[in-house]
Amino acid sequence: MSRENLNCILVIGGGQAGAQALISLRQNGYEGALHLIAEEPFLPYQRPPLSKAYLKGEMAKERLAFKPQDWYESHNITLHLGVRADKIDRENHILHLQDGTELTYDALIIATGARPRPLKLEGADLKGVQDLRGLDDIDQLRPALKRGTRLVIIGAGYIGLEAAAAARSLGAEVTVLEMAERVLARVTSPVISTFFTQLHERQGVSIRTKVRTDCLMGKAGHVSGVKLSTGEELPADIVLVGIGVLPNQELAEAAGILCETGICVDEAGRTSDPDIFAAGDCTSRPLIHYDRRGRLESVHNAIEQGKCVAAALMEKPGPKLDVPWFWSDQYHIKLQIAGLSQGYENFIVRGDPTSERFAVFYFKAGKLLGVDAINAPPEFLVTKKLIISGSALAPEELQDTSLSMKEIAAKYAA
Amino acid sequence: MAKITYIDHTGTERTLEAKNGESVMEVAIKNSVPGIDADCGGACACATCHVYVDEAYLGKLSPPEAMETSMLDFAENVRDNSRLSCQISVSDELDGMKVTTPESQH
Repeated sequence: MSRENLNCILVIGGGQAGAQALISLRQNGYEGALHLIAEEPFLPYQRPPLSKAYLKGEMAKERLAFKPQDWYESHNITLHLGVRADKIDRENHILHLQDGTELTYDALIIATGARPRPLKLEGADLKGVQDLRGLDDIDQLRPALKRGTRLVIIGAGYIGLEAAAAARSLGAEVTVLEMAERVLARVTSPVISTFFTQLHERQGVSIRTKVRTDCLMGKAGHVSGVKLSTGEELPADIVLVGIGVLPNQELAEAAGILCETGICVDEAGRTSDPDIFAAGDCTSRPLIHYDRRGRLESVHNAIEQGKCVAAALMEKPGPKLDVPWFWSDQYHIKLQIAGLSQGYENFIVRGDPTSERFAVFYFKAGKLLGVDAINAPPEFLVTKKLIISGSALAPEELQDTSLSMKEIAAKYAA
Repeated sequence: MAKITYIDHTGTERTLEAKNGESVMEVAIKNSVPGIDADCGGACACATCHVYVDEAYLGKLSPPEAMETSMLDFAENVRDNSRLSCQISVSDELDGMKVTTPESQH
């Protein structure tokens, strides 16, 4: 399909990736028909504040939207909100919506995101047991979070810990349950796990690692507690489930588009069907700085792939691919992550891990993989450059705080 | 309420109505002002909403916190009047302020 034959583009999914694709298509000069199909009944909105400022009540709902309603009108974008896309008919280039609408397309962009991994335990369907993914989840949760509310969070990942911090600031009594031997075990080093455990404990959160949840208990249809495998019962007014996400790839899979864990795309965001693209949490993509493929759940990825897809469709050069980056806000702490530390063989700590400003750098076979930077933007920003430059640097140099990150950048990332 | 004027690197000016409590970045993004990316949405996590603030208004802004100063230190083409626009909260006092956006945030 060439650009001349591109007269109707459909974007499925109203998250960060879908919104970015819309914005970038119009910015790149696409003037044809453009539709957004989104399952949630809202204009595309930012998700990161949901577990942070919005949950704490510090950010008004209107501020979550990427663009106001009139932007969609002035950019001639047809909105299908609160409607699910049901089926892709690739042969006839038709997308079937749940409400019976059929939309023909020249190009389709799948940005369906990810959904919370369901808790498969007895009692998981009780009222007061909640996920943390969408605006509705938070709007339901927030009025119930008051001083003294007993909140149990299952899963000590970033979402669970951010929710713990926000709930503490609202005065809730918070317990976090984690099966692994430490918090954030899947995503970071013991140094960072210890730091966050101590941070939360100082704030009055009870962190319970190496525990298994047996079932959720209820009274009159509402959750009343959590029973651990040891038989111990923890009373609970609300239970939040934060045990990871699953990519929403079923629509693509059912249409015969190649998927692994995530919809397989190339660097431009193209799937195994040349007229169908995908972007954001639902994809499995090349990770060019790591010579492998993988799935990223992040704002950076959603923005980058949204831009890539729009550029590819408009036959323009895509953005320079960045090193994956992430952040997390908990209390007064900002964690910034650059790179992917999974599979690291060793790490070094720069600064004092008992202070609230330090960084942990991860290495494999002498190569710098990434950094977890606690209130340390220079370490975060310079690591991105160091990974892109690919230059070999001695871990000891990063450990030496008499060398500033600027000096290290000048030496290795010039 | 305040009127904020955004000047892009080519000198084109746009004056926008901003509500108190919104950030200078948010007003720019919602009105598609070029030159501000704001990838992180205002969390002071990415340094892609760098602007130059009208000198006459610099003193009216709350001083940058350590995170902002530290992020700005690594932005491109930083000057004495550089700020991250996500950290500037609109108030009546800022009525008439001009901010200039750089050519690129990366």
